[in-house]
Amino acid sequence: MKSLEELKAIREKMQGQLGLREEENAKTRVLVGMATCGIAAGARPVLNELADKVQSDHVKDVMVSQTGCIGLCQYEPIVEIYEPGKEKVTYVHMDKEKADRVVKEHLEGGKPIVEFMLHTVRANEAKNK
Amino acid sequence: MYRSHVLVCGGTGCTSSGSLKVIDALNSEIKKNGLDDEVQVVETGCHGLCALGPIMMVYPEGTLYTRVSDKDVPEIVSEHLLKGRPVKRLIYDETVTDQGIRSLNETNFYKKQTRIALRNCGVINPENIEEYIGTGGYEALGKVLTTMTPDDVIKVLTDSGLRGRGGAGFPTGRKWMFAKGNKADQKYVCCNADEGDPGAFMDRSVLEGDPHVVLEGMAIAGYTIGSTQGYIYVRAEYPIAVQRLQIAIDQAHEYGMLGKNIFDTGFDFDIELRLGAGAFVCGEETALMHSIEGERGEPRPRPPFPAVKGLFGKPTILNNVETWANVPQIILKGADWFASMGTEKSKGTKVFALGGKINNTGLVEIPMGTTLREIIFDIGGGIPNGKKFKAAQTGGPSGGCISAENLDVPIDYDNLIAIGSMMGSGGLIVMDEDNCMVDIAKFFLEFTVDESCGKCSPCRIGTKRMLEYLTKITEGKATMEDLDKLEELCYAVKDNSLCALGQTAPNPVLSTMRYFKDEYIAHIRDKKCPAGVCKALIGFHIDKDKCRGCTMCARNCPADAISGSVKQPHVIDAQKCIKCGTCMDVCKFGAIYKE
Repeated sequence: MKSLEELKAIREKMQGQLGLREEENAKTRVLVGMATCGIAAGARPVLNELADKVQSDHVKDVMVSQTGCIGLCQYEPIVEIYEPGKEKVTYVHMDKEKADRVVKEHLEGGKPIVEFMLHTVRANEAKNK
Repeated sequence: MYRSHVLVCGGTGCTSSGSLKVIDALNSEIKKNGLDDEVQVVETGCHGLCALGPIMMVYPEGTLYTRVSDKDVPEIVSEHLLKGRPVKRLIYDETVTDQGIRSLNETNFYKKQTRIALRNCGVINPENIEEYIGTGGYEALGKVLTTMTPDDVIKVLTDSGLRGRGGAGFPTGRKWMFAKGNKADQKYVCCNADEGDPGAFMDRSVLEGDPHVVLEGMAIAGYTIGSTQGYIYVRAEYPIAVQRLQIAIDQAHEYGMLGKNIFDTGFDFDIELRLGAGAFVCGEETALMHSIEGERGEPRPRPPFPAVKGLFGKPTILNNVETWANVPQIILKGADWFASMGTEKSKGTKVFALGGKINNTGLVEIPMGTTLREIIFDIGGGIPNGKKFKAAQTGGPSGGCISAENLDVPIDYDNLIAIGSMMGSGGLIVMDEDNCMVDIAKFFLEFTVDESCGKCSPCRIGTKRMLEYLTKITEGKATMEDLDKLEELCYAVKDNSLCALGQTAPNPVLSTMRYFKDEYIAHIRDKKCPAGVCKALIGFHIDKDKCRGCTMCARNCPADAISGSVKQPHVIDAQKCIKCGTCMDVCKFGAIYKE
């Protein structure tokens, strides 16, 4: 016997997953570079972590998908985030932990993480040289 | 959790074009690429675009692939699912624009549709109750059992203006109110899933794509009228629907949505399946109940109506599949929401099965009041090969034809009756200039003659005599007097038959006579079939000036009726010709014509 509360719990669990089938018109698009270079650099765990977290945290109107090679192979795995009315954000050298933080701080919290961004990473490299 | 869902249609249409093979190939290819933890393959019900099956939908991008074969699968998996590059050649061309790929909801086929009864079809896995719950399933049942009285439910349904979707259009709220008002130790709730109209397949699609919605609607009715037992009478010719219904019933039991003490409210309700053996008349409510009881499927006079004396002599309500599919949404979203769609006397939406001479064969759900022109030319994509629209047939063997002059009539129950047709269950067969209307009437009459149960003589004998007149007309042997007699007989059968089968059987004849009388007269007076369909009235000829003597026709003629030597005009021997039309199909010079 399932109670009304249990029904609600199943609904909430499933809504996050079924939400994936409604996101074709999502406002925010999160694209993970999944060309050969990206996959070799470890883009797949990043893609999966982003997709999982967006669903389990019920982040609305966000679509996580793949894209091809961006042309900056040495910075892969690369994640691009397109939000309407805002400038594109490019995160580089991503991994699972960073992906986790992107969902929490950027997609849910609305604060892009400057330290993962392409221009920050490039500036640091120049400094170290 | 999965990052991508691949939905493949497992409805009857796509299954017959090979979607199960596609699913097998997908599963093995996904495994091979190590994507099985990332990509979920879901077998769904019908998307509606049956003409382009097998259909595959990839989320989150919402990419629609059409006519996918198992050989395309490795490319889809390695390109799209792994690397994110959609396989352009398979994408539904309506979604491809100069600006890139647009959403399916912006395509002509889907733009004008409003999906209520079909809302989950093609979207969820019908064999997984949790996906149904995820879309708000069984919430209406919970709401009814815990917060509403039976009278509340009846009020919502009555206010919503929902009318029976099986064809007759009786107000659902009033039907339930009658059954509730009758006292009895047991009452029954029945679902009519004996969809028998040639060309109608909307009920099948709901059962295959979203079976739980029917169970939920029936349980709500059980609570409302005070019944603990429901029956679904479904045709055995729908094996996928039967199988998915059984799975749904079992899962609903497991989750406590059916059975004893549902939601701890003390309400018990159970549902059993009964399979029909293929008799059209069993879609008539009294015949259907006899069949459930194990008796011969024959109708009986009404009254008493089923709400008074129905199944096993107890008060019973019977609703059609599509009606049930509307109920939970009306409970959740309210009467005003539903009543805001449609026309004054026909609220909500209606599902139509588009068939015949139309580009987008398939299922569409549109608000009542949409015109036939919008359905056929905007949503349906028009008539193939640039042919001219002649008529649309609604309501199957019980309905009638709508001619071009009525293309702009808003479709609802009352308007269709006013123009001599009826809503019926929603089959919509489109005919072009190549269809002979007398032949169409004859086709439907052949069907009713076959399906007449034989209990009452007006239907048993009357339809047979009507068919004889029609046969005479198509063979050019009839007189104008016969035409008058046929019309008189139509009214006699209509007025005197026991059940709706006989009462509506003359409709295809009467409506074609009303709008296409000139075709009948051409058959009788001129001994000609204007559309060139009725074999007895046409002959094939070769135009001497166009014939190049290629011998193609003579070589392909199955009856050896064509003679002539190479590079000389050929001739058809009318005595030997069987009028199969093969010569016309194979001639490259358009030299063969029929008259």
